[in-house]
Amino acid sequence: MQLKKTLLALAITAVSSTAALADIKVGVSLSLTGPGSGLGIPMQKQLQLFPKTIAGEKVELTILDDASDPGKAAANARRFVTEDKVDVIFGANLTPTSAAITPIAFDAKTAQVSGAPVPPQAEKESIIFRLPQGFKVMSHAVVEHMKKQGVKTVGFLGYADGYGQGWLVNMKPMLEASGMKLVGEERFARADTSVTPQALKLNAANPDAILVVASGSGAAMPQLALAERGYKGKIYQTHAAATPDLTRVGGKTVEGTFVVSGPALLGDQLPDNHPSKKQALNFVANFEKANGANTRNQFAGHAYDFQVAMEKIIPMALKKAKPGTPEFRMAIRDSLETMGRTVFAHGVMNWTAADHEGYTLETGVMTKVVDGKFKVE
Amino acid sequence: MDSSIASILLLDGVTNGAIYALLGLATVLVFTVTRIIFIPQGEFVAYGALTLAMLQTGKVPGTVWLLLCLALLACVMEFVERWRHLGDINRALKAGLKTLAFPLLIALLSIWAAPQQFPLWVQAALSVAIVTAFGPLVYRVAYQSLEAATPLVLLIVSVGVHFAMTGLGLLFFGAEGFRNPSFWDERFALGPVALSGQTVIIFVVSLALIVLMWLYFEKSLRGKALRATAVNRTGARLMGISTHASGQLTFLLAALIGALSGLLIGPTTTVFYDSGFLIGLKGFVAAVIAGLSSYPGALVGALFVGIVEAFGAFWASAFKEVIVFTLVLPILLVRSLRSGHSDEEH
Repeated sequence: MQLKKTLLALAITAVSSTAALADIKVGVSLSLTGPGSGLGIPMQKQLQLFPKTIAGEKVELTILDDASDPGKAAANARRFVTEDKVDVIFGANLTPTSAAITPIAFDAKTAQVSGAPVPPQAEKESIIFRLPQGFKVMSHAVVEHMKKQGVKTVGFLGYADGYGQGWLVNMKPMLEASGMKLVGEERFARADTSVTPQALKLNAANPDAILVVASGSGAAMPQLALAERGYKGKIYQTHAAATPDLTRVGGKTVEGTFVVSGPALLGDQLPDNHPSKKQALNFVANFEKANGANTRNQFAGHAYDFQVAMEKIIPMALKKAKPGTPEFRMAIRDSLETMGRTVFAHGVMNWTAADHEGYTLETGVMTKVVDGKFKVE
Repeated sequence: MDSSIASILLLDGVTNGAIYALLGLATVLVFTVTRIIFIPQGEFVAYGALTLAMLQTGKVPGTVWLLLCLALLACVMEFVERWRHLGDINRALKAGLKTLAFPLLIALLSIWAAPQQFPLWVQAALSVAIVTAFGPLVYRVAYQSLEAATPLVLLIVSVGVHFAMTGLGLLFFGAEGFRNPSFWDERFALGPVALSGQTVIIFVVSLALIVLMWLYFEKSLRGKALRATAVNRTGARLMGISTHASGQLTFLLAALIGALSGLLIGPTTTVFYDSGFLIGLKGFVAAVIAGLSSYPGALVGALFVGIVEAFGAFWASAFKEVIVFTLVLPILLVRSLRSGHSDEEH
């Protein structure tokens, strides 16, 4: 009797553990609290729409809060690789928290798909795949648009930080290659009390167009200072400024500004030949069905793109190995690198061994501020 | 660079300098009376501007709830301390409620007034009242029991208060910035320089505050009491001047100056929850130029910082802050060589 019971228990354990092995496990670490929660919570909302099965295999998501803290994010990642033995990690939504996960993912040979634009990671670059658009594709869209508008001289007014620098070093060679000249490089900080001196200097150089590199409500101040000094040329803003905060603070002054943006939120406005139109519409429709009208959000868009990538690569990886094994984890990583041109809501992705940012040049969309709204050019 | 560019830069520098001057004066005031290097001075600036921005949207600003929490905490602290000291529960209760009364009144007034969409100047006055009420409470909660500690301990407490206030600012106002409407939209042409109404207001209010402060310290009894505390704490106590009351009054003035500065710069720049730190730091640099002891020195120092900042931003915008803060080094060097070790306590 006792033996029978033991055998039964053993059998049940064996069955349930093989079932658990067969599940595909995804570890998700996001900022659900703290300063980064504005980015993390929309991502979590999108992940609630994640399919329960992909290619006939059950997919199990474990979502943990990293409290916007890199230490907590690292602890989450360690739990994923040691206890949960996940097949892929999605996270995090901030650059510091994402960077904290990378070394752990690298040691465990588990692919990390990041929702933040983490800078290059040297030898660990092979394990991290980024979802947000990099400087190169966005610079490309800006330069192309300037070329079409007949711009000859360009001024630069950007944050004195990594974001400003990233734009500057990517824009410079592209402008030169297109025969345009950079006639002024001015920097400022978000908390500055005045940008008047920089605006004065740029205005004196009088370029055909000025690119303002700043984020959210901080992007309005330099533009107001330029208007104050009577600058009449074209003004371009980057995708970090493509939020309602730009028009909230800038008001009438930012009318007519060109703002480069990813396609995910523009949905129905996109021209029919834009590759991302279908995915963008699909994302917005499903997200707003679950969360209410006008709740669309670029970060939720990245979580949607994660799903698109998984739906494409899991069948590829399943052909090579069984879920729950180191071979399967490796196959996931390899498939991300070899999945080829894939249309995301945020653009067209093509991760390769040499490029883990991956977006193709079709990605950036130029919009113009009309009546306080972003209209596709 | 021609004269018109130079004059615009000069105006820009002096405008910002006027704000730094106010904060520099507050820093000198707080240091001389209490020996506290008050790093969170700038937070009052951000709180002032953002409280007004919240009132503009018709919402009850988060600072009101913080004020209530802080007032309750101060009330309990006052009650416990008095009770242990006097052993008389009625008098202790009275002292505690006295701490609570004014902030409670302001908070209730704000909660009632917030959705009413009053004219701009009423909301501005209310914002100043809310932020000013913070001053004595911050002193009561963070510093009062450490009055006798060394300036270094007080400095460390200041750093803590700064982080707490910035973090709470993020919680209440969010990560995005606000720009307040201008108090006066008039524009004046002064040769090549276009003077905006807001700039005029900044100059007038700064000048008026400086004159008022001078009158207060020269003519009024309380002002003289503060000066006495600044000169010699023990001596002032022997003369019956309460150091607790002096400290709280000083912080009241510091918060008032901070809140007013916030209203002044709110319409000329986008203010974020953490904008105050850098503005306050420049006021601090102005105060350091004055050796943390001279009001006219702080005024001159602030205008100097403002002008250097404007010209620095014009010539090498990427190194603007570097230029401003590097300037402190030679000034500190000269000061320490000239004054020796006599001013260890201050």
